Formats: sequence, C-alpha cells, structure tokens
Amino acid sequence: MPSYAELLRQAKDSVQEVDPKEVHEMNGNGNGAVVVDVRESHEYESSHIPGAKHVPRGYLEQRIESAAPDHSQRVVLYCQSGNRSAFAAKTLLEELGYDDVVSMTGGITLWKDRGYDVEVPRALSAEQRERYSRHILIPEIGLEGQLKLLDAKVLLLGAGGLGSPVSIYLAAAGVGTLGLVDDDVVDLSNLQRQVAHSNDRIGMPKVDSAEIAIKEINPDVEVVKYETRLDASNIMEIIEGYDVIVDGVDNFPTRYLLNDATVRLKIPVVSASILGFDGQISVFAPYDGPCYRCLYPEPPPAELAPSCGANGVLGLLPGTMGLLQATEVAKLITGAGDPLIGRLAMYDALAATLTEVKVRRDPECPICSREPDSISDEEMGVFPDYEAFCAAAG
Amino acid sequence: MSTVKIPPVLRAAVGGEREVSADGADVGQVLRSLADAHPDTERQLFGEDGALNRYVNVYLNDEDVRVLDGLETPVKPEDTLVILPAMAGG
Repeated sequence: MPSYAELLRQAKDSVQEVDPKEVHEMNGNGNGAVVVDVRESHEYESSHIPGAKHVPRGYLEQRIESAAPDHSQRVVLYCQSGNRSAFAAKTLLEELGYDDVVSMTGGITLWKDRGYDVEVPRALSAEQRERYSRHILIPEIGLEGQLKLLDAKVLLLGAGGLGSPVSIYLAAAGVGTLGLVDDDVVDLSNLQRQVAHSNDRIGMPKVDSAEIAIKEINPDVEVVKYETRLDASNIMEIIEGYDVIVDGVDNFPTRYLLNDATVRLKIPVVSASILGFDGQISVFAPYDGPCYRCLYPEPPPAELAPSCGANGVLGLLPGTMGLLQATEVAKLITGAGDPLIGRLAMYDALAATLTEVKVRRDPECPICSREPDSISDEEMGVFPDYEAFCAAAG
Repeated sequence: MSTVKIPPVLRAAVGGEREVSADGADVGQVLRSLADAHPDTERQLFGEDGALNRYVNVYLNDEDVRVLDGLETPVKPEDTLVILPAMAGG
C-alpha cells in the first residue's frame, strides 16, 4: 500500500499547480475561472479568498456542480497549504470529467503570506449554525441566505388568521426583526385558526400574545409591536424601513391605503386574502410588477365584500395561505426562485386546486403609473365612492 | 359550452356550484347566459350600463380579458372563464 507521502506525490504529479500570484491575477481580470475552497466549514468561515465558492472536500462529488456547473470551465481549487486541493483536483479530473482543474500551491497560507486580501465572512454562532443547519444545507439559501434572513425586517399587518402562521414560521426561519400591527385582543372564536394565540391568553392584546409565541420558537427574533390600527395618520411612520410587508388585513380601505404607501416607499407586499374555503395570494413589488390597484382598480360594494367574521372561514385555510405568504417573503429576502409577481394564485380548498392568472401592470394605474414622490398624502388610500363604502361598511 | 369558475361570493347565486357551464361565442355572451340562467349574478357582474363592473376581474384561462378584447373576446368551448372579485378577509 502506498504511504500518504506517496499518494500526495502522485496527486501533485497528475494535476497542474498554479501559484497564488497567478490566481490573484485571474481573480482580478474576471476571466471566468471558478475559485473553490475545499476546506472544512470552520476554516472557510474564518477567512477565504474573496469570491471563492465553498465545497468541502468531503462533499466534493455531491456539490461541485452547483459551484462549477460547466465541466469545461477552468476550476481553481485551494485549501490551507495545497495538499487537500491537489487530491480534490485529481478527483475532479479523473472521476468527474472536468477538463481544466488546477490546484493552488501553498494554499491560503501562501496567499496570505503574499499579502493578498482575504474575506472574513460574518459568522453564525454555534447555536445559530445548529438552529439553521437545514437552511445552510440547501444551496438556494445557504449561509449567505440565512444571513440575509437574519438581517431582514418584515412587517406583518394583522396578527390574526394569516399573521399567526406567518409570524411563527418566519420567526423559526430566522427573520431577524418582525413588526406586528394589530389593535385587537385574543378572543375564544379566534382560536379555531389563529395558532399564534392560546387559551390562556384570551383577552391579551394579539401583539403581546404573538410575541410570546414568536419568542417561544426563536428567542433571537426582535419583535416590534404596534398595538394600533393602520391608518393614514400613522402608516408612513410605521412601514418605513421594513424590507417586506405581509398583508393579511381584513378590510379594503386599509388594503388600498397600504398599496399607495408601499408604492411610494417602494416596499414589496406579499398579499393574501381568505374566505370560506378559498384563498388568493400575489406579490406586489412596486415598479417591478403590478400593484394592488392594477389588479383591483376599485373595491366591490360592501354587501359583496363579506369578511371572515361575517361569513366564516375554514380554520386550516389561513395556515395554507399564510405559509404560501411566508414562503414568498423568504424568497424575496434571499432572492431564491421566482416570486409570485405579476401572477395571482387562487387556492380552492374544497376542490384541492391551485389556479393561476396573470396580473398586468396597468399603464393608467392612478398610483403606480406615476413617480413615487408625486403621490400625495391626501390621495393615499382613496378610491371612488370611498365615503359611501366606509359608511356602508360601518 | 365553456366552463365558468364561480368565486365564493357568487356561489349562493348559482345554487352553491363552484363551476358552471355556459354558452356563448364571446366573453360577454358567456357571462350574459350565466346571468340569464342565474339572475342573482346579474347585478354583481354588470353595471346599469351593461358593462362589466370594475371590481370584477374576468380571465379567459389565465389572461385578463381587459388586455384581450374585453367582453368581445372570442371564447371556445374548451376555454375556462375565471370570475375573480376582490376579497379582503384576513
């Protein structure tokens, strides 16, 4: 059996090695080479070559294609001192069919000795690494995506049917700051669907009750409570600074007001509504896609716009729709996948069908066809027959 | 006969059905035959001027008929019309 020293010599003989100086020049001229760090996670996290992808040698076969999908592309591997990367390069060339793989001589140790920059990534604590390990394992989220979630500020309008699952799952997923707007208190009739609340919290303000549920699953989440009703006098102050807003409000005037204010501030809104066995969901990303007014230029008359309170809702439905919302929030924050912008999905729980229709930007939309700065305070939330609508709605 | 998907607020007006079949060569005719068969849907779909109410969206398969030819958009028997009024429950 060959010794380690012999194996290493064989590996180094069979792969081409490059000096850190050459890699530094390649990195600077953007010639398309992929630089891959094959060390263990704790080594990569302490420092790495700027822009390097991370594929630990133990996961080489499994994950190299997500870092370097093109087998004919030049791949530069490095490790701490240039040995592990030589073995890894041999594997890529001989077993995985890559054409142009090189190993960097002397590893990151020589790179640093030459005085080249390294990137020191923000690290998660040991507890966070464990808590979010299943996110870090999926390439679409990874460490980078988890850090984005931790930095994100998401505002939930309503801590009721939709707000309950959204708040609990976004807290669990590690969204750093959750704002909650609700002026209601927990009622026994809420508990059929509002899972952020509980029997022993009946009578408690919903924002306080939801905060308890959030902290129980993830104490690191910062909760900002607004025990109030969103209206024209407070909306700009409350929503400014949030990255994404989750709309689960139960009335049309607030939905229009929210739309106009978020278009003005260019904040995306993940909007859902539920009634009976049916739900609708869409993402309104100002200027990237249509706004709520492009979809619904005006609300139906009050008698044709029943609320859940008046008409009932399947207790499971806000769970389904709320989690579709929470998923869209995570996608917007991490940039993963195709968000539901310009599309509206309708879920029919009885038929178990999801139907999708296209939503177009209205070139004559009274709000989003204009520059955000030109939308005045007086116009926000106003629609034809607003006075009559609100009088009828009580 | 084309298929018309009925939203929750209109289901009482069609005897609780989630889908009904209706005849017509264009969107206007299909909706008109729906309103003739189920008169309670009339006021919710059409304004006094006979135009589609602004708060009701109608899609031919997945496309808004307002970006097609509105009520004059041709409809084939295998098409599905989706009626979608705004909902605000949360």
